Amino acid sequence: MRKPVSTIYRALLMTVLFIAGILAQRVGLITYITDPYEYPVILDLLLRHLYLVAVSMSYATVIGLAAGILFTRKRFRRYAGICMYILGLGQTIPSLAILALSMSFLGIGTKPAIFALTIYSILPIARNTLAGIFAVPASMIDAGRGMGMTSLGILLEIEIPNSMKIILTGFRVALIINIGTAALSYLIGAGGLGDLIFTGISLMQTEKLLAGAIPITLMALLADLLCELLGLILVSKGLRLSRGEKAV
Amino acid sequence: MISGVFHFISENFSQALYLSWEHMWIVGVALLISAAAGIPLGLYVAGHEEIASPIINGANIIMTIPSIALFGIMLPLLSPINLGLGKIPAIIALILYSQLPIIRNTFTAIKNLPPDLVDAADGMGMTRWQRLKEVEMPLAAPVIIAGLRTAAVMNIGIAAIAVYIGSGGLGVYIQQGIDRFYPEMILSGALLVSVLALIVDGIMAWLERAATPEGIKIQRKLMQ
Repeated sequence: MRKPVSTIYRALLMTVLFIAGILAQRVGLITYITDPYEYPVILDLLLRHLYLVAVSMSYATVIGLAAGILFTRKRFRRYAGICMYILGLGQTIPSLAILALSMSFLGIGTKPAIFALTIYSILPIARNTLAGIFAVPASMIDAGRGMGMTSLGILLEIEIPNSMKIILTGFRVALIINIGTAALSYLIGAGGLGDLIFTGISLMQTEKLLAGAIPITLMALLADLLCELLGLILVSKGLRLSRGEKAV
Repeated sequence: MISGVFHFISENFSQALYLSWEHMWIVGVALLISAAAGIPLGLYVAGHEEIASPIINGANIIMTIPSIALFGIMLPLLSPINLGLGKIPAIIALILYSQLPIIRNTFTAIKNLPPDLVDAADGMGMTRWQRLKEVEMPLAAPVIIAGLRTAAVMNIGIAAIAVYIGSGGLGVYIQQGIDRFYPEMILSGALLVSVLALIVDGIMAWLERAATPEGIKIQRKLMQ
């Protein structure tokens, strides 16, 4: 049952790639990318994009995880509901608006872009950390307490490993949104591959546009794949097994 | 700053209203078309599980593409037929993005129906169409509407970015605010978009509750 479908899928993919290759040649993308004066620029913008994503994601992961863990502690637990509500509200603000607002407070350049990207990426991470830790069955925590674990032990050995899958989903969402939003940060003067896209749109220069859009797309898809691999490393074996059984 | 925003909105009230309407129009049309495409696709996939994972994975890949990159890739593809810029490519992009939440929610809703209810419907001699109309759709409706809700809220944000391919809408305030360094204008745009998203979210949440069959609500109450 499975084989013919995946064969068709593969054949379709090959055809799409082939047509994409022909189109890329026709619009002059290949010439543009291999141009000795252009490719250092593209590479530079790519590295800048990666830099924006890496820096803001590392801040966001630390802050998001810390906030998520903090609001699931006993003392702050009663604020968790309102915290979730605020995070939900924050996610309705479009990414472009966050960048623009950050510019109106901090001016133009890399700093406001990283600030906006960090703020925007914290939301899914914190939200999923909260939701994940709350979803850990109370019986497991009781069992841990019965075994004489300290609250730190319970957090590190029960709550975080058991909610890792949900936290990783949040991280994945944040990373992909971040890569997309970093493309917009060109508008507030932080560079990145968005430079090529927006200039390409303004000049109607297709090869320039695609030289920005395709690497960003590939970067997002690659990030998605990497998160899946990360899941294989970070999510404990027992949890993956039980999930596999449910999926069948 | 806050008073500046209210001043800006009240000064430009009719324009703000028009842009909000334009924004909602794009999102609304996209949502209607994507519902018309996504819900039947989800139903079909639920009946043919062997193609479920390629289709949902495909929708997932589309969802992963950053919005501005998707606009960029569509531009050379659509410009030969003179649709590269404007509202149409924006609507196409929004439809593509909406597919994942709609298909996935329809699929899980149909898959998670209590099997005894479906069996009962079969036992009463319902045809497949009747079973879908009388049993499966009413029970799955809240989850499907939840998928539409996710798609709608997400699309309102993406439509703000679509202003860079000339779609209009509230993104105009943000775009022009950035170009003119006019914080009140940016904030007005951001505020209106967020308010729009919250209103739509609220309406869809209400629809979700209204679509839940009476029997299920009573059952839930009894379970508590």
